[in-house]
Amino acid sequence: MIEIRIHGRGGQGNVVAAYLLAMAAFEEGQYGQAFPNFGAERRGAPVIAFVRIADHPIQRRNQVLHPAFLIIQDQALLHVPGVTDGLLPEGKILVNSTLSSAELSQELQKEVIAIPATSIAKEVLGRPVPNTALLSAFLTLTELLPDDSLGKALSRRFQGNVLEKNLQLVKQAASHVTVGQWRGEKHATSA
Amino acid sequence: MRQALEGSQAVAQAVALCRPQVIAAYPITPQTHIVENISKLVADGKLQCEFVSVESEFSAASLVLGAAMAGSRAYTASASQGILLMAEVLFNIAGMRVPLVMTCANRAISSPLSIWNDQQDSMSVRDAGWIQLYCADNQEAVDTTIQAYRIAERCELPVMVCMDGFTLTHTLETINIPAQTEVDQYLPKYQFKRTLDPQNPISLGTLVSPDYYTEARHSHHQALLNAQAEILLADQDWAEITGRKCGGLLEVEGTEEADVAILTIGSVLGTLREALEELPPNQPVKLIKLRTFRPFPAETLKAACKGLKDIIVLERAFSPGSGGIVGLEVLGALSELENPPKVHNFAAGLGGRDIPLDILPRLLKVLEDPTASRQFKLFDVELERLPVEDR
Repeated sequence: MIEIRIHGRGGQGNVVAAYLLAMAAFEEGQYGQAFPNFGAERRGAPVIAFVRIADHPIQRRNQVLHPAFLIIQDQALLHVPGVTDGLLPEGKILVNSTLSSAELSQELQKEVIAIPATSIAKEVLGRPVPNTALLSAFLTLTELLPDDSLGKALSRRFQGNVLEKNLQLVKQAASHVTVGQWRGEKHATSA
Repeated sequence: MRQALEGSQAVAQAVALCRPQVIAAYPITPQTHIVENISKLVADGKLQCEFVSVESEFSAASLVLGAAMAGSRAYTASASQGILLMAEVLFNIAGMRVPLVMTCANRAISSPLSIWNDQQDSMSVRDAGWIQLYCADNQEAVDTTIQAYRIAERCELPVMVCMDGFTLTHTLETINIPAQTEVDQYLPKYQFKRTLDPQNPISLGTLVSPDYYTEARHSHHQALLNAQAEILLADQDWAEITGRKCGGLLEVEGTEEADVAILTIGSVLGTLREALEELPPNQPVKLIKLRTFRPFPAETLKAACKGLKDIIVLERAFSPGSGGIVGLEVLGALSELENPPKVHNFAAGLGGRDIPLDILPRLLKVLEDPTASRQFKLFDVELERLPVEDR
């Protein structure tokens, strides 16, 4: 089972990102579980969402305390106490940031990859919503699920022009990272 | 059909499959997504039904009460303060023996204000005379919602389907949504024998003198106790159609010869199951899922607990100044056994506090000291954060 924690702010589509990732797993015949941990329900407030992906039904409902991956939707959250807590020793961080991956890795003493998800989204969608771009980069890096799984999940949730643009965004964001760079690492927290 | 759905979305679909004719609701976290999804089904023309947005939960309960009496299958949902605001009407619905189904998206009660999960809301109306069924996962929430209509309409009693707020309502997971044909085969058209009819007027819920009140209350008590048979049958018949069961009154899992049991209610079961798998194999521990809290299945529980040495009751609400709610009822029922097990009673996960996997070994550790007090405790309270006089 792979456990992922997504940090963002209210209004950034944090919960949607978690749901999409779990839906993408479902589309590939795997089991996905996703749930939010809301703070105060308002735009801008930090929001956490959890995702589990496994090849068997997932029964536990406790929060993900030791994720293999962190997806951070707002670079400022990297410096909020607790955000990187519990990340597995070999855990990786994908962050929406214009800073360099090398610098961030050095600073956090973890393998960090930064992509400018907000500006990619602005360019393709016309809106500063970083979630789809980050998910695309995440799945490209890890190859956790086949290429088109995210597209399948998006097509369950969106249609028409919004879907088209999101699919375009998936392609665009994937080109910002190296395919399979995080593949095959020992990410599983348990069977 | 298997789908990846948010719990609330799945329950909305389950309600729609039951072909309700009137729905009234007022939004409250974490219940809102359920009625939001239902209102979308209505707006999209996928569900033919009168959807009434009311100005309060008191009105929501009153409106569905009237609708069910007038011959419509009706539904509402709420949580927390909403359940409290409905409380007066909930007792009336039950007392008048009106078949209704509502979802309680379990949430803590103010004050202090908490939007997060525990079960203080439904437990606070446990004496309202409703059947209360608790769901361990979202599949059970779907299946129980459908079963609830059959139970309610056969027993002429209202049913509250309790599902943990956020932990279930806001969790996306794989859920099997039954086909309309399966639900139609299971659930006949709504018919209420005492439907209000101006041509043939009757009185319901009228003034009763001391000459009759006790008998009316006894009838209600007996009707709830008798409902156990229908709850079991509803689960069996559903299993025949879909192959899925929700656990009837209660369900026991684990090794037969185990002399320790942990009894829980609601969605913490899955966490305990996986925690048990992580311990060395052949632990002498059973898990008991209490699905039906009202009527309280005392006889079934006694049978399930025969031969046990210890039973740990882990619940998500309590009665301040007394202790556990479920625990006290378990203790009462088991006291009739010849060699009753020791009952250890804890509440945990109040106001949304996470219940981690390691709660299981920590609970079992309690049993290692046979001299330890068995007084009720909040298992995850951090006393050192409190002033000395409150510890």
